[in-house]
Amino acid sequence: MKNTIILLAAASALAATATAQEIAFDLKDPKGVNNIVFKLDAPLESINGTANGISGTIEIDPAQPEEIEGKIVVEAKSLTVSNSLMQEHMLGADWLDAANHPEITFEVKEVLNPVKNGNEGTADVKGLFTLKGVSKEITAPAKVTYLPGRLADRTNGKMQGDLLVIRTNFQIKRGDFGIKAGENLDKVSDTIDISLSIAGSAPKS
Amino acid sequence: MSSFLRLGTLILWLTILSWWILAGRNPGWTKTSVSTMETDPVTGINYPVWKKQFVPGLDLLAVGTGCAVVLFGVSFLPFLSRNTKNQQL
Repeated sequence: MKNTIILLAAASALAATATAQEIAFDLKDPKGVNNIVFKLDAPLESINGTANGISGTIEIDPAQPEEIEGKIVVEAKSLTVSNSLMQEHMLGADWLDAANHPEITFEVKEVLNPVKNGNEGTADVKGLFTLKGVSKEITAPAKVTYLPGRLADRTNGKMQGDLLVIRTNFQIKRGDFGIKAGENLDKVSDTIDISLSIAGSAPKS
Repeated sequence: MSSFLRLGTLILWLTILSWWILAGRNPGWTKTSVSTMETDPVTGINYPVWKKQFVPGLDLLAVGTGCAVVLFGVSFLPFLSRNTKNQQL
């Protein structure tokens, strides 16, 4: 009986420690470097653009990166291409309908095949990708770098804390999200290549 | 009159062609802004920096060439040629 109580107490203490080590990283980067690059390569036309209206939170225990959870939110209006008329069409009701669907999100559900190497790690992140109001489960290979104590370097010493850098490349098909499925394929590719590079900060008081 | 129109057409087409070549022979659509990639020294993240800049593309060259062809064709219309002959008389 005594041993059981000791074991339970130890397990509770370990669980409490594990919870305490989980760090929440805010993805709204004050320096504005967080970005998404997207590319559509159709037979007649290649479209490249970026987005930088990124927010959300990632919670991760650097010792157990497979326990990652959180949500990445991209403001649809922040999607930018090099031609203003093309951008107007892209954000319009026929395509992304940014007025009625102002957010593009990715919610982390599960981490598969995690490989940890020091403060870096790779994994396949399974999550729910929502675009134009349609949600699909996708899996994206991600590289995560934990930079303990490096927040001060980005804020000229004004804030102490940690940084988390996440990079991923994946593809989606616009047709899967109800964006003119099967239409204009010669000019606007169905496949969209997406590269995500984001840094989250976790200030320490 | 028709000679002036043909000369003007040639100048218009050469101006648009030169503009397109000097602006970097952009093989895509006309750009109203361009981005350059910079690197954040702490995180190593490459991020785009956009600036407003007009870069003519193939669409502008095509429209310019089309206009030049139309104007060149117009210069052969009979009433323009007649006016020219009348001026010469």
